[in-house]
Amino acid sequence: MSKILGLTGDGAVAYAVKQCNVDVVAAYPITPQTLIVEEFSEYVHNGEVHTEFVCVESEHSAMSACVGASLTGARVFTATASQGLALMHEILYIASSLRCPIVMGVVNRTLSAPINIHCDHSDMMGSRDCGWIQIYVENAQEAYDWVLQAFRIAEDPDVLLPVTVNLDAFILSHSLEGVKVLDDAEVEKFVSTRKPVLRVDPDKPITVGALCLTDFFFETKRQHVEAMNNSPKTISRVNNEFAELTGRRYDFIETFGMDDAEAAIICLGSTAGTAKAVAKSMRSKGKKVGVIKPWVYRPFPAEQIVKAIENLKALAVLDRACSIGAPYGPLCSDTIATLYREGIKLGVFNVIYGLGGRDMTPFDIETVFNETLEVAKTGVVKEPLKFVGVRE
Amino acid sequence: MLVEVRWHGRGGQGIVTVSRLLAQAALLDGKYVQAFPEFGPERRGAPVTGYTRISDDPITIHSHIYNPSIIVIVDPTLIGQIDVTKGLVEDGTVVANTEKAPQELKESLKTEKAKVYTVNATRIALDVLGRPIYNTAMLGALVKASPLVTLESLSKVVTERFPGAVGEKNVAVIKRAYEEAKGIE
Repeated sequence: MSKILGLTGDGAVAYAVKQCNVDVVAAYPITPQTLIVEEFSEYVHNGEVHTEFVCVESEHSAMSACVGASLTGARVFTATASQGLALMHEILYIASSLRCPIVMGVVNRTLSAPINIHCDHSDMMGSRDCGWIQIYVENAQEAYDWVLQAFRIAEDPDVLLPVTVNLDAFILSHSLEGVKVLDDAEVEKFVSTRKPVLRVDPDKPITVGALCLTDFFFETKRQHVEAMNNSPKTISRVNNEFAELTGRRYDFIETFGMDDAEAAIICLGSTAGTAKAVAKSMRSKGKKVGVIKPWVYRPFPAEQIVKAIENLKALAVLDRACSIGAPYGPLCSDTIATLYREGIKLGVFNVIYGLGGRDMTPFDIETVFNETLEVAKTGVVKEPLKFVGVRE
Repeated sequence: MLVEVRWHGRGGQGIVTVSRLLAQAALLDGKYVQAFPEFGPERRGAPVTGYTRISDDPITIHSHIYNPSIIVIVDPTLIGQIDVTKGLVEDGTVVANTEKAPQELKESLKTEKAKVYTVNATRIALDVLGRPIYNTAMLGALVKASPLVTLESLSKVVTERFPGAVGEKNVAVIKRAYEEAKGIE
């Protein structure tokens, strides 16, 4: 039996973590920490969870403690944002390379300077290549649902990779929405307990993270790549089981109106929701527009995107992060690389939007859709990279 | 149908709380909701806004609210200091905490086609709570102006949010504000 609670995005993540029998949460408790950890610490204080809550002195230490705990076979969660994620950066690689199935809530905020606490994806994109599975959610319900699934995906013996569940700062983290939550018992059955394949144990000593130079480092990296490449099978299986349990079906991407769309937007996170609302309204006026929302960003859902754009003529790729000096933002580079590899000819342009929390308005999105329709009609991309919502 | 509400008050007056209480009550009534604060650091005493979206259908839009259909002014000292009716849809609704009669406020706000409701929420809060905490009173006045949620659902979420005597007194505040709020089309 599910019930509907009014929860913020942060609250939804904390509630999901509460239900997942997490053994250890290690976190740095002040700015730029999120309300996820604050709310979870209340569950700890009230004795609602058995979790060992470790308050550390920095995010670097938080992720280090998570790695140590995870290696003992514990189920581990943490959360951070912005500069906090940046400070974790080197340990993110250690967590994934040591195959620690940690789940982390990342509330996406920009990186300074100037000082800014608002949403964009610069933080996660700055650590894009850290070898973690990366999920982006559109609303509080998806945040809750993906955290439950994240533990299953991360801890699967065929994967053993850490997972970030990314949610847009303030837009989702501080916004209250109705969230259908499962009973504790249902969640317990779904996520079960972690069954570690190998763990550090004083009775059966092993060495973890040893020096590994030109002789074997490359092979361990190759295996890491293989683990990521294998993860889609597990992700699909978990998505299917979750759909059976809840009726809510997740996948690598979500599409809207793509069956007959001539022009589409692809974007991550909450903006996809606004884009769907605009697309719905434009479609009612006969304009064939659609939306593609990758839920899973790493591993990159190339196959699913290619299938979604079969009948498409033009695509606008929206990036809420800059890759300064590169031809395109990160999502667009991945998308164009995929299209090129598959030999697909499509009018594509990149839109950088929403940096430092600048609102992406329905009007802005309608303008982008109309420009994409124009590209679909003429086949000509006038501006391959443009900035929307900025004063020039 | 989607209704967008903007709340005006000052930091510390519980603007986020009422924007969420309204959403929680609408959830109980089976609606889809969003409630969000003005994003950013809060400063006590500075003008702040809060927002609530309520709809019969799922809400996927995640942009700010630019053209609210309802504006609730919790702090009476904001009227005339900031543009409280900015972006209000032409036939929208204003609900204000003020001693003024609706007609008088309507003339000063220059909102010809808007419905205007007023209530002396400060007086009600002082009478019932003994303290000038008048955010919840505005929920009662709002429901009088526009039946977005039922009084039963409001009472339920308020007593859940504030257990014991505090909750009961706030329910009394809401009911009295509902009765006393007066409006003109």
